[in-house]
Amino acid sequence: MAKYLLLKHYRGAPASVNDVPMAEWTPEEISAHVRYMNEFAARLEKTGEFVDSQALAPEGTFVRYDGEGRPPVTDGPFAETKDVIAGWMVIDVDSYERAVELAGELSAAPGAGGRPIHEWLELRPFLGAHPTVTE
Amino acid sequence: MDEALLRSLTPGVLAALVRRGADFAAAEDAVQDALVEAVRVWPGERPRDPKGWLITVAWRRFLDATRSDAARRRREDRVEVEPAPGPASATDDTLQLYFLCAHPSLTPSSAVALTLRAVGGLTTRQIAQAYLVPEATMAQRISRAKRTVSGVRLDRAGDVATVLRVLYLVFNEGYSGDVDLAAEAIRLTRQLAAAIDHPEVAGLLALMLLHHARRAARTAPDGSLVPLAEQDRTKWDTRAIAEGVHVLQLALARDRLGEYQAQAAVAALHADALTADETDWVQIVEWYDELVRLTDSPVVRLNRAVAVGEADGPRAGLAALAPLDPALPRHTAVAAYLHERAGDLATAARLYAEAAHRAPNLAERAHLTGRAARLNARRPR
Repeated sequence: MAKYLLLKHYRGAPASVNDVPMAEWTPEEISAHVRYMNEFAARLEKTGEFVDSQALAPEGTFVRYDGEGRPPVTDGPFAETKDVIAGWMVIDVDSYERAVELAGELSAAPGAGGRPIHEWLELRPFLGAHPTVTE
Repeated sequence: MDEALLRSLTPGVLAALVRRGADFAAAEDAVQDALVEAVRVWPGERPRDPKGWLITVAWRRFLDATRSDAARRRREDRVEVEPAPGPASATDDTLQLYFLCAHPSLTPSSAVALTLRAVGGLTTRQIAQAYLVPEATMAQRISRAKRTVSGVRLDRAGDVATVLRVLYLVFNEGYSGDVDLAAEAIRLTRQLAAAIDHPEVAGLLALMLLHHARRAARTAPDGSLVPLAEQDRTKWDTRAIAEGVHVLQLALARDRLGEYQAQAAVAALHADALTADETDWVQIVEWYDELVRLTDSPVVRLNRAVAVGEADGPRAGLAALAPLDPALPRHTAVAAYLHERAGDLATAARLYAEAAHRAPNLAERAHLTGRAARLNARRPR
């Protein structure tokens, strides 16, 4: 088994095929989309491949250490940030091929007009533990 | 196996051990052991005096644990001469436990976890699942909390307000995993209301019952939010409403108004309306005026602006909104709604989209995006 992170971007990924902002969908299209996402996660729970799924607020703050005895420095949010993570799903699957297959399914979530969004999702393998048997 | 009975006995058993001289952390561990033992043994034969049984077993576990610890040899000698456990009933002890678990030295998350475990009798695993954190994390949180309050003596009445805040936090967390935190909060508040005569405890219980009564109507089958005005009111739990209203009326009759009673009064007025149109918004505004007086909270002022919008029209609502800080949570959503009511659909759609961008959870985001979408679909582009 290998764990993969499926990253969804607010910004920074190549444009989707069906690239209409959600606020311009019909309410029915929005609920169809939400249903698809929920059903997808529920199905992966049944197959034993689901690990975690979280959504993030669009804006955050940058923080860094500013030296002994001083409070941390904060900066942002930056309106012009090019890459913004919207959320993730973590899956635990048998192969890279299976991970790609699932990412493809998630990307097919319906959007405007009930048609698949064809959204670009970023697939990142976890750096796992060092295996016991190496030869 | 009556899990509800078992859990209702937990705080009394724990308090009995503490009263006999066990330190809180060790007593709490011993009670958890006794609960596990009860789950194993009771299905065969339930004891005639369940509470006495639990105290006996927990006390024995406590002694075993103390004995096995050589460094505690002297304390063992002391507890050995304690009287043998007999039947016990002491609601006062339960009350002291509530105070201890909501002690001001605890952070809110620690107080919540400790209350659910020590008063509620939930297992660490259940609490961890309910709050979506790893079990090891929750175990650490609880043992740190126990250490924090281990020096606190169970002899003085604490502050009821801190207990109520903890129970309110549990209630508002809602529902995830196999533990229904809202129902658990109601159970614990009910138990507290039985142990202490306090109008705000009753007020909180009423508030919880009245909100819980709407639960089935609050979400659509697909999980999306259904706002109050659009809820199918036949799905409201009339028994819970009747109990909530009754509890509230008794509390209000005491003439010691507090914020939970006032909030419950607002909920009761909503519960009283057969349709959204029949809502008595004028009275609701009056209760919000009371709440502003009691709490001076900006969030209350925001809710008051919504009520004013219903009672006196959207322009009046926008006027009530105007002096409030736009950075308040849900301010933009309220502004969007009032503009929609006022007929300014373009502004409303823009504000709904902005509110969705700032929404604190996915359900609200989807709901607000849907509102924006509905208005955008209606307007010519």
